[in-house]
Amino acid sequence: MSDEREDYARQENELDDLYQDIILDHYRHPRHKGELSAPTACEEGYNPLCGDEILVDIEVTDGVVSDIAQRGSGCSISQSSASMMSEAIVGEKIADVKGLIESFTAMMRGSDDVDWDELGDLEAMAGVRKFPVRVKCATLAWHTLSQAIEKAKFA
Amino acid sequence: MTTIERTGALDMARIRKDFPILERKVYGQPLVYFDNAATSQKPRQVIDALTRYYETSNANIHRAVHRLGEEATAEYESARAKVARFINAPSPECIVFTRNTSESINLIAYAWGRANVAEGDEIVITQMEHHSNFVPWQQLAKEKGAKLVVIGVKDDQTLDLDAGLSSYLSERTKIVALAHANNTVGTINPVKELAAEAHKVGALVLIDAAQSVPHMPVDVQDIDCDFLAFSAHKMLGPTGVGVLYGRRELLEEMPPFLTGGEMISRVSVDETTWNEVPAKFEAGTPNIADVIAFGAAIDYLSDLGMQNVRKHEKEITEYALRRLRQIERLTIYGPDDIDIHGGAISFNYPGVHPHDVGTIVDRRGVAIRSGHGCNQPLMRSLGIAGVARASFYVYNTAEEVDVFIDALGDVGERFSG
Repeated sequence: MSDEREDYARQENELDDLYQDIILDHYRHPRHKGELSAPTACEEGYNPLCGDEILVDIEVTDGVVSDIAQRGSGCSISQSSASMMSEAIVGEKIADVKGLIESFTAMMRGSDDVDWDELGDLEAMAGVRKFPVRVKCATLAWHTLSQAIEKAKFA
Repeated sequence: MTTIERTGALDMARIRKDFPILERKVYGQPLVYFDNAATSQKPRQVIDALTRYYETSNANIHRAVHRLGEEATAEYESARAKVARFINAPSPECIVFTRNTSESINLIAYAWGRANVAEGDEIVITQMEHHSNFVPWQQLAKEKGAKLVVIGVKDDQTLDLDAGLSSYLSERTKIVALAHANNTVGTINPVKELAAEAHKVGALVLIDAAQSVPHMPVDVQDIDCDFLAFSAHKMLGPTGVGVLYGRRELLEEMPPFLTGGEMISRVSVDETTWNEVPAKFEAGTPNIADVIAFGAAIDYLSDLGMQNVRKHEKEITEYALRRLRQIERLTIYGPDDIDIHGGAISFNYPGVHPHDVGTIVDRRGVAIRSGHGCNQPLMRSLGIAGVARASFYVYNTAEEVDVFIDALGDVGERFSG
């Protein structure tokens, strides 16, 4: 019986790590929600398994992400991830954004050999790793951004 | 007060002992399996039948003259006879084994549909169809230039038949294809009345019974449908076996779907004549072992009695609905009348995505479904992307509903504020 209680507590902790305040805050109050009137690049991401969808518009000026907008629908993890991503990359150089995408996806793949300082608040997403079926929710916005950048062929 | 014995004619303790998987724990908690509309669990009797076949009778069927081949053939054909009796088909020859419900419906859409539906003809389906009874007809209509007529759904997720089925029918209607029971919101449709109505204009009727045959008595002669499709794995049987019931004269008139071994009578370089039904529709070596184990599943359900199965599920569903309605702000879909409500309940927490609901209750050992449930046209009509769904079967208890409701409390707590 005490085993069952221990397991119960462990699951509580993992759920706490998944649904951290910062994640729920971004879910309830998404940043950069909307669309850009003249984006440099835009891309749509879709997860047919769960129906999550994300649209990302970016505006790039002199190799720097000068503005971003995202919209779509989905679970708390996919939506908060898109919101946190937008906040993290606006004002950053394309080369740095590419590096951040690498670091974020490496973290979500389970690697701890990442630059936690570079990730900053995004570290909160590490809790998703204990929920393998939800990892795709967290990475959807990032894959979509990556495709937008690739298509636009920024230097 | 809820106790395990509360569901009348069924001995719940005995039934639950028959299902080995119910002994396992998930994240340290007893498994509460509420994803039965997706697939059911299997009793020891079915698992044993599968093992016994491979250990004692394994051989290819219908051709061998040796003893094992004879035994395997007899067991395979005996399962066909059991299926026929189970749905009161006039004879075992009306039963075709396929891989699943989707393949059964595709067989009709391809073999019957390509031969009988022409440009300008009409195919009637409903907005609440599972994709497996939606996409094959949509594609057939596109290919033939036929018109796809879709019966709408009302606010309580029952079919919009206010103007009668006749308002959707014409002399060009070739087939009416609809679900007996919906897989997401649980609506049970009046298929017998609709079949009679459709026959008046000379249309055929196909029933997607994937969510009804496992859960309630179904009599194909009483419904008077022309085709009926369902899957073994949703009714305690193994995966990989589907059933197509067809009126014998229709199956005889139809061209084959797949060609090759077993389905032929004579083959020469220039031409081939087809085998008799149902062999004509079972090309190649079938899923012998799983069909035989499916026979054991039908025995199991027959012993329980399908009236008792339905009664039990009705009680569990009614109890779950009552508990769910006590949760503030929860949106519950589906009809209010329990007599037209199957054992699947769909709901949404306002402001919480169904996947988050699914994840949280999973960590309490409760398996539910979240998403569109292969019902995208229905979800679109509701203006939502998905739902959380709990669906019950004969081994589920009111105590498990209590565990589920407690787990839902955690969803509310985490997402409030």
